[in-house]
Amino acid sequence: MNFLMKIWNSSLGKKYIMGISGFLLVFFIVAHMMGNFQVFLGPYWINTYGQFLHDRHEILWPARIVLLTMIVLHIWSAFKLRAENRAARPVGYAGDPASFAASYASRTIMMSGIIIAAFVIFHLLHYALGVRAVNLTGIDFSALRDSAGRPDIYLMLLLGFSKWPVAVFYIIAVGLLCLHLSHGMRAMFQSVGWKWTFGGVSHLPDQIARWFAVVIFIIYTSVPVAVMCGFGKAYREAAVQHLAASAVSGKEVDR
Amino acid sequence: MNLTLKIWRQKNAASPGCFETHEARDVSPDMSFLEMLDVVNERLIAGGQEPFVFDSDCREGICGTCSLVINGIPHGSRKGTTVCQLHLRYFKDGQTVTIEPWRARAFPIVKDLIVDRAAFDRIMQAGGFVSVNTGNAPEANALPVSKEIADLAMDAAACIGCGACVAVCKNASAMLFVAAKVSHLNYLPQGKAEKDRRVKNMVSQMDKEGFGNCTVTGSCEAVCPKEISLDFIAKMNRDYAVALVKGELKKSAAGGVG
Repeated sequence: MNFLMKIWNSSLGKKYIMGISGFLLVFFIVAHMMGNFQVFLGPYWINTYGQFLHDRHEILWPARIVLLTMIVLHIWSAFKLRAENRAARPVGYAGDPASFAASYASRTIMMSGIIIAAFVIFHLLHYALGVRAVNLTGIDFSALRDSAGRPDIYLMLLLGFSKWPVAVFYIIAVGLLCLHLSHGMRAMFQSVGWKWTFGGVSHLPDQIARWFAVVIFIIYTSVPVAVMCGFGKAYREAAVQHLAASAVSGKEVDR
Repeated sequence: MNLTLKIWRQKNAASPGCFETHEARDVSPDMSFLEMLDVVNERLIAGGQEPFVFDSDCREGICGTCSLVINGIPHGSRKGTTVCQLHLRYFKDGQTVTIEPWRARAFPIVKDLIVDRAAFDRIMQAGGFVSVNTGNAPEANALPVSKEIADLAMDAAACIGCGACVAVCKNASAMLFVAAKVSHLNYLPQGKAEKDRRVKNMVSQMDKEGFGNCTVTGSCEAVCPKEISLDFIAKMNRDYAVALVKGELKKSAAGGVG
């Protein structure tokens, strides 16, 4: 406990907490991306994967608890560090000049983080909790079932991204996430002291951070972009017709 | 050439300061920035006004005493240059130049453009030294130091402790200064004995002085007149983590025996 308090009370320790919590959240981003990408393999794959995760409480709950802890630590250290940094310069310079030679990503890291947090809340309401009011389609996402009777995640993604404001918000948020990561990952490597030259590439971790952000952006945005370009349109329209038909026949009373 | 100067005037740390505008008429482009201020001050004295106080010593860019923020950038916009080595030829005729002191809670203003940088001295006292045994100096060749390590330590030792890193950092963080001092001694065999204690004590003193935290913007590296690299901050972060973990292990081992 004493050891943990020492970390928490030192400036470098808080940066370790910030960096390591961010690093574990990056693991989630990669896993979630790999899950999402299965949409391109068709409904069978992604729905099987969804069912698999849903049934494995022994994986799901520990992962959720760790994620939530990391999010809390990440946000907590961010605000604590921010307050200390503000207090370190009570009187500013004339004309409030922009941080000298600092990248756009580093100057806006707090703002990108806050917008990403807002997006994550929306995203959870939209897909994970299936709140009908936020998905703009009027369809209850949590009630969607595929031919095998499993939750139809494939259809949910197609329907979700068929509404352009949702898709655009998603793309903007992923863009900000990548901006956040391009600086955040570099800072994380720096905070834990990883800054080696490897294979002739100087500052390899910095390069990894930059390219990782670009790759994440391309893969994540490929899903809404594909849906908006007409990916899975036939499947979606057939499902919507089917839903409308079952509503008329009175199976779905909650309307 | 002529310059319009907006200079910070402040009686002491307790009283509020403000900008005063003065004209620097017919100054030579070959003058250094500080020589120009000397001329302005002499004219103020001749006119019965109070001159501006500012820090300077060697005036050849090696002592780290001069400390002016020029148009929002510590030591002005020339790369790898202290204010005393900044010449007026880099300014445009008729330009308005804003001159301010370093601004940080840990560097209280003494008067006008002079700040108290004793916080840096206290950080050095906390661990910026090596223990030397009494007696004859040891045989120099008995302590082998590789060329790479010697170069790294020398790069870190180039820090003149001016505080521009603190002044430019949006968080007024002293990380680059402390990292340079820690790395300089931690790289060398002479500094190995106090390696862990040094980094812990110097970081702890840095935190006590009220400097901000590092957000890896790279402003310090860009403005440093000795071009100290951010890599030293990574080195210090690593040393600190190792020291924290090692310190705890040692304590629990001692506890087991006791």
